[in-house]
Amino acid sequence: MINITLNGVPLEVEKGTTLLEAAQFLGFPIPTLCHMEGLHPYGACRLCIVEIGEGPRAKLVSSCTYPAEEGLKVRTSSSRVVKARRMVIELLLASCPQSKTIQDIASAHDVRQQRFRQEHEDCILCGRCVRMCEEQMVAKAIGFVGRGAGRAIGTPFGKRSEVCRQCGGCMYVCPACELRCTYSEPDKAICGGCANLAPPCLEKEQFDDLMCYMKPCVACEIPKS
Amino acid sequence: MTDITGIVEKRRGQRGELLAILQDIQAKYSYLPEDALRAVAQKTGRSLVDVYGVATFYHAFSLKPRGKHLVTCCMGTACHVRGAPKVAEELERQLHVPPGETTADRQFTLETQNCLGGCALGPIVVVDGHYFSSVGTPNVRGILEKTRSGLDRVDLASDLRAFPVEVACGRCNHSLMDAHDRIDGQPSIRVTASFADKHGWLRLSSVYGSFEVESQHEIPLDTVVDFFCPHCSAELAGAGPCVACGASMVPMILRGGGVVQICSRRGCHHHMLDLEGTSAWSEWR
Ligand code: FES
Ligand code: FES
Repeated sequence: MINITLNGVPLEVEKGTTLLEAAQFLGFPIPTLCHMEGLHPYGACRLCIVEIGEGPRAKLVSSCTYPAEEGLKVRTSSSRVVKARRMVIELLLASCPQSKTIQDIASAHDVRQQRFRQEHEDCILCGRCVRMCEEQMVAKAIGFVGRGAGRAIGTPFGKRSEVCRQCGGCMYVCPACELRCTYSEPDKAICGGCANLAPPCLEKEQFDDLMCYMKPCVACEIPKS
Repeated sequence: MTDITGIVEKRRGQRGELLAILQDIQAKYSYLPEDALRAVAQKTGRSLVDVYGVATFYHAFSLKPRGKHLVTCCMGTACHVRGAPKVAEELERQLHVPPGETTADRQFTLETQNCLGGCALGPIVVVDGHYFSSVGTPNVRGILEKTRSGLDRVDLASDLRAFPVEVACGRCNHSLMDAHDRIDGQPSIRVTASFADKHGWLRLSSVYGSFEVESQHEIPLDTVVDFFCPHCSAELAGAGPCVACGASMVPMILRGGGVVQICSRRGCHHHMLDLEGTSAWSEWR
């Protein structure tokens, strides 16, 4: 067992517990974005930062990836944390302003404006979809491609992947595209749920409807014999 | 279809095997063909996205076929302030392709890189591993011309690192020099070479530092060749493995004492000169 102090409250946690889990256990709110229960922590969005250590050696770390250490003093909402977190939110807003998730986080933290150049990305590279595809769907159809400014999520060679079962899990967990409904132009839709008239589960044997996030979809309306 | 079985087998189990395999494939085909990447994924038990992710992450890998010559212009900070952008522009203008692209005749691929490790000598341009330093726009034409006419050609008069040697067979002590057929303007070294089921003469440049060769049969890159003395037919061997590629080194006795060793693999430019110890040679004897 490891003893830590969270915002002055002493707490005993098991080895391997992350600071985020400890804070959630005590009910201190920490916003997260790339973190998702059931997926490995990845530490991409930096929204969950907390301050650890004391005095000049205090530093900001992402709580979703930082394991508890004996005697660690953690502050989840010191002025430094709040300031840095607001900055992260502004940066997220600057790249992906249309995301409902990011908008909600911004309004919860009272961020109404961002001061960077406005972009309209579809992806914040949080890696949720990549981890979903690998860890939960065991498909490994998509992954990170390229690096630096050119980094993106994609399939090998930009072609349709043979191992993709079209389960829709990647879209289900995406905080940026979120199965946005483009009802009037179904062919442009990311989700295409409503226009999905040839669901893969009808053709593929190994497809189990338990592992499908394509909703709504006509396939589930068809009674199984 | 590309064949990469040998490459994968050679690197199997090595630490960082994936990178080494991709580097070997890149060296062989000068780019990473799609079917090769698929084969790598399958043979090493990795998923294709992982292999593809690594392949696209590193600047050194290319997924598009590249030209015969790779021209890299340094755009690092040091070279940049010394005018590298102008040099890059000039290269672009003369080759008619933007960086990252290959000329229509498949001769040149132009690339830019951030620092090639020769900052004090910048601007740096590297062509097929040959470094050109303090390059200005007026030098660009010369560099490209030199590349077209062969970069491995050594200019004896101006290059102090290159000098002619005279060698003999270690067993019969007969000179291997051939004064009639000159390479690099010097008498060549004539030996008998055999590889696969081919057997024939091979002439090497006698200039230490030059890699010009002529041979009766075209020797494919990467082939390990057996060298024989044309006079006593003894194999020129026994000098141990090449430190660069592992093929065996070929020893030849230097006139005036010492041994010169060259790597027996076509395309491997490792060689060494041992003026004092004739250890390798006496062992062989
Ligand atoms: S939730 Fe911790 S870095 Fe994204
Ligand atoms: S900046 Fe060009 S070699 Fe370093």
